[in-house]
Parts: sequence; C-alpha cells; structure tokens
Amino acid sequence: MKKLLILFLGILSIINVQTVLANDSTVVKTTLPVDDIKLPPGFKATIVAGKLGRARHLVVNTNGDIYVKLERLRNGKGIVRLRDTNGDGKADDSMYFGNYVGTGITIKNGYLYASSNSEVFRYKLNEKNEVANPDAPEKIITGLVDQRTHNSKSIVLDNDGNIYVNIGAPTNACQVQDRTKGSPGQEPCPILEKAGGIWQFKADGKNQSYGEGVRFATGLRNVVGLDWNGQTNSLFVMQHGRDQLSNLYPEMFNDQQSAELPAEEMFELKKGADCGWPYCYYDQQQNKKVLAPEYGGDGKQVGRCEGVTKPVVAFPGHLAPNGLLFYTGSLFPEKYKNGAFIAFHGSWNRAPLPQKGFFVAFVPFKDGKPSGEWEIFADNFAGMENISSPGQAEYRPCGLSQGPDGALYVSEDAKGTIWKITYKP
Amino acid sequence: MKKNVLPVIMFLFLAPVILHAQTKKPISPKPKAAPVSKAVMDRGKEVYLMNCLACHQADGSGVPNLNPHLVKTKWVLGSKTVLVEQILKGSQGKVEIDGETFNNAMPPLPQLTDQQIADVLTYVRNSFSNKASVVSAGEVKSIRAKIK
Ligand code: HEC
Repeated sequence: MKKLLILFLGILSIINVQTVLANDSTVVKTTLPVDDIKLPPGFKATIVAGKLGRARHLVVNTNGDIYVKLERLRNGKGIVRLRDTNGDGKADDSMYFGNYVGTGITIKNGYLYASSNSEVFRYKLNEKNEVANPDAPEKIITGLVDQRTHNSKSIVLDNDGNIYVNIGAPTNACQVQDRTKGSPGQEPCPILEKAGGIWQFKADGKNQSYGEGVRFATGLRNVVGLDWNGQTNSLFVMQHGRDQLSNLYPEMFNDQQSAELPAEEMFELKKGADCGWPYCYYDQQQNKKVLAPEYGGDGKQVGRCEGVTKPVVAFPGHLAPNGLLFYTGSLFPEKYKNGAFIAFHGSWNRAPLPQKGFFVAFVPFKDGKPSGEWEIFADNFAGMENISSPGQAEYRPCGLSQGPDGALYVSEDAKGTIWKITYKP
Repeated sequence: MKKNVLPVIMFLFLAPVILHAQTKKPISPKPKAAPVSKAVMDRGKEVYLMNCLACHQADGSGVPNLNPHLVKTKWVLGSKTVLVEQILKGSQGKVEIDGETFNNAMPPLPQLTDQQIADVLTYVRNSFSNKASVVSAGEVKSIRAKIK
C-alpha cells in the first residue's frame, strides 16, 4: 500500500497539478514560528494578528485598540480596528471600515487620520475613544499626485495643528524617460512642483489641495516612514534613495557599488529644506552628497549639491525604510528612550547581489541627535538567510506604533502580520 | 476497507488532473519547441542581466506589488507580438496576474536590437520553468516595423 501511495504522489508531482493543489500549498508551507524573530535579550515578540493582507502603517490608541491601514481592500474595506477583549495578547475582535486602500494612519487630539493614495480623511473619536462615524469621515486633503509609483501618502501631525503628508516622486531619477539608459535628467525637474517632498496642511481643514498646502520640504524622492520628534519638536523622515546606478550607468558603477549606493537617509526637516533629489544623492562611503549621473555627475563630483540638506543618519542602499518611530515609552531599557526605531521593508534593487533589510533597526538619540551607530533591533523577518529576491521573504516590516504600555507594535505587508514586542528584564 | 478506499481516492484525485491535462490547450502555439541552442541562451541571459534583472530579479520572480514575475505568464508564453511590443513600448498599470497589479512602470526598450530582443525573449521563454518556442530576429523586425 505504501508503495502505491508513493507512486501516486510521484504521479502527482510529475503531472503539473499546481492548479488542483493550489489551495493546499499554503497549508503545506510552514509559517515562521514567532521566536524566530530575533531580538536582544529580555525582549519578546508575540503575534497579535495575522493574514490581514497588505497591512501598511498602524496606530495603537490609548485604550489599546489597534488601527491598521490596508493597501488591499479586505471585506471591501481599507482600515481594520483590532481589539483584544480577553487580554490574552491576541486580537479577537475586528471591525472593518473605510472604502479606500492606502498606507498612512495616525491618531492625534481626538481624531483618527487615514490616507488613501491621493487623499487624507479624519474620523472623530467619541467619549468612548472609538471612531464615532466610521462611514462618514471628513475629507481634509484631496487631489494629491498618484501615478502608482511611490504613491503611499504617509502622514504625521505636529503639536500645532498641522498635518504633514509625503508626496513621493513618481519616477526613479526624473529622467526624460524614466529608468531608461542614456535618458538625461529633466532640468529643472518638473515633478518637484507637486511631488518629491513633504507638504504641510491644516489638520482641521476641509478639501485642501496644493493651493491650500505648503511645500514644507523638497528634494525627497520617496518617504514612507516619518515621525514627529517631541523632544526636538521637529519632523524626521526616512527617504528611499534612487535605484539602478549600475544598470543605467554601467561605465561608472559596478553591481557592488550599485547595491550599497546611494544611502537610505534619515533627515531632520526644517521648513524649506531641500534634500537634493533628483539632482543629488548621498554617498555614505564618501560621506557627502554627490551629483547624480543624470545631471552630469560621475560618482565624485559635488557641484550644485554643496548646500543641500544632509542626512542625520545614513543606512546602506535600497533597504527601504517604511516605518519610523521615536520611542517615548518606559517599558524598554533606558537606552531606547527617545531613540528611533526604523522598519525596513527589505530591498529589491541590490540584485544581482543578495537582498537585505527585512528587519527593524534602532538608532540611539541624545538631546535630539543620534548618539551612536545604528543597529539591528528585530531581525529575521525574511525567515531565511541569503535572500536573492524579495518575494522569498516571509514577512516585510512596514509600520511601527507604540502601545499605551510602552510596547512596540510592528506591522508587515507580505502576509499582514502584527507583532507586539515587550520587554522583561 | 482502507485498502479499497485509497485507490478510489487516488482516482478521484487524478481524474480531474488527467482530464484537465487533456482538455487544456497549451498556451504556447508550439508545445514541442526544439531545444534552444546554448549560444542563444547565453546571449539572451546577458541581455537579461543588463536590462531586465533589476526589476524582474535573477530568477524571474519579480518584486511583489512593483514588478510582475515572468513565470508562465500569458505574456511570456503567449502571443509573440504582444510580448515583443511589451519590450518595445513598455507599460504601466496594464498587467494583472492573479488579481495583482504592479506599481512600477516598465520603460520601453526600443534601443535593444532585433537580435537582442529575440535572444532575451527566447531566454525568458525557456528559463524560470518556462518552455516555449524561440523568437527570431526576423519576427522582432516585422513586429517592430508594424509599430512604427
Ligand atoms: C524598470 C523595471 C523593469 C525593467 C528594467 C523591465 N521590466 Fe518588464 N515589467 C516591469 C513592470 C513594472 C511590468 C508591468 C507593467 C504594467 O503593469 O503595465 C513589466 C511587465 C513585463 C512583462 C509582461 C508581464 C509578465 O510578467 O509576464 C514581460 C514579459 C516583461 N516585463 C519582460 C521584461 C524583459 C524581458 C525585460 C528586459 C528586456 C524587462 N521586462 C525589463 C518592469 C520592468
């Protein structure tokens, strides 16, 4: 009988039965056990929820409710509220609302704010600290550039009634023909009028668009992770640096250089800042902004990049920082207080070299400035080493939020998993 | 009892597979493609490394939500005209695979020669577990002529 079974399985594998067994393949594929997320001693990660689909940013309310913004509708909705009603650490109650996909979600002064890829809405929280009218949000911002590429609209508020929205540039390097060898950079880059920067709007405005907003900072190719630093009272953002240096300029860059360059940059933004894209990029090996090859650069020349805003931290190329959070809780050891956590989605543009990222990093801060080297905090979301293509990654970290008890929450958008990271000495 | 049931279950499992295999017309017009010469595959791979790999990845697996994979898609295995046009004209937001769409744009690559396009498409159609007929430079040439 056993032989017959083996024969049967053999036949199954010879004939292409993918279509028949497609549904079963998910069962066979083992999911990464929770302890496989590697953390420093004393920290523990537990899965709060899973299989939410493309879970982008998340925010935890003061009552512990978790709101997750989805980039793919689920039950026809783009926001899910998760709740743990019996206190076992797992969400056991969910409520879906909002009929739009998107990335940004945050809570401030009694309102929940959420973004589609071209608009921002807000929902009043009632006396029970719940969304009062899930089906009737106020539309506060509308008509922002959405050309698919880099269309996530991440959002954060300051303490003076302003909301900041990233509007990513819909190209790689503002070439006349995007991502095309030999195509020069447009001069000036017309994209910067309506994208490639951070815009500031009134948090309580209605239907604001470019006319009502302020271009707060420019020269930012694409920001997904951003946070307001309460210590410095300023905006910090993470830029995704440009792609394909060796592909587009093989005579100047080899694959090794192209995998490491340019840096993924953390900026502290003052109003009016110009971070240099598309004319400049940051070379973390030379510690300077250099002229992009599309604008006559050769990998060394500085030229017009002399005065542009420099990063406060530079990370290796293409790791894709999608979430930024300044930690203000007291649950974690003193070292983490006021420091920055960054969720890296993981690279695709390091090919043909192995991909990297798929972790949550930490940068210690003192008096509003980085006070040490960045380090990996939570690792192994990919579930494997030597990952050659991002599709192989089990999980891809995307959003960060701090719970009322000081726990760190992480969302990821490959499967839609939410972790809670706690600490016990 | 057990002994009798297993073959029945197996048959029930296999029947749709066999029937499916018999009724389903292969997408490729010529299922029995002649083996492709190593020289063509090597040349095609070289073009792929320089012009496609960044987006579609070394193993053709693509990048989730950004760039589609090249494994047994209807573009890769289907009409050569559509496939060659994909290379010559590029596109954005047009490809949908299993309900997924992709946010990046594929740039047009008309600067590649007819031979390079023929080689890279032959390589793609016979790599990443794809199997389909070769694309010739002549075919690319006539498809290109019709676009202009
Ligand atoms: C800059 C990134 C990029 C490069 C370089 C690129 N592609 Fe694409 N490719 C894409 C994207 C994005 C799409 C989907 C376009 C759409 O949705 O309209 C695509 C679609 C395709 C498709 C049809 C869909 C599929 O998955 O079967 C094929 C075939 C293809 N590309 C082959 C190639 C080949 C061969 C090369 C090199 C000669 C190449 N591409 C270079 C990004 C790229």
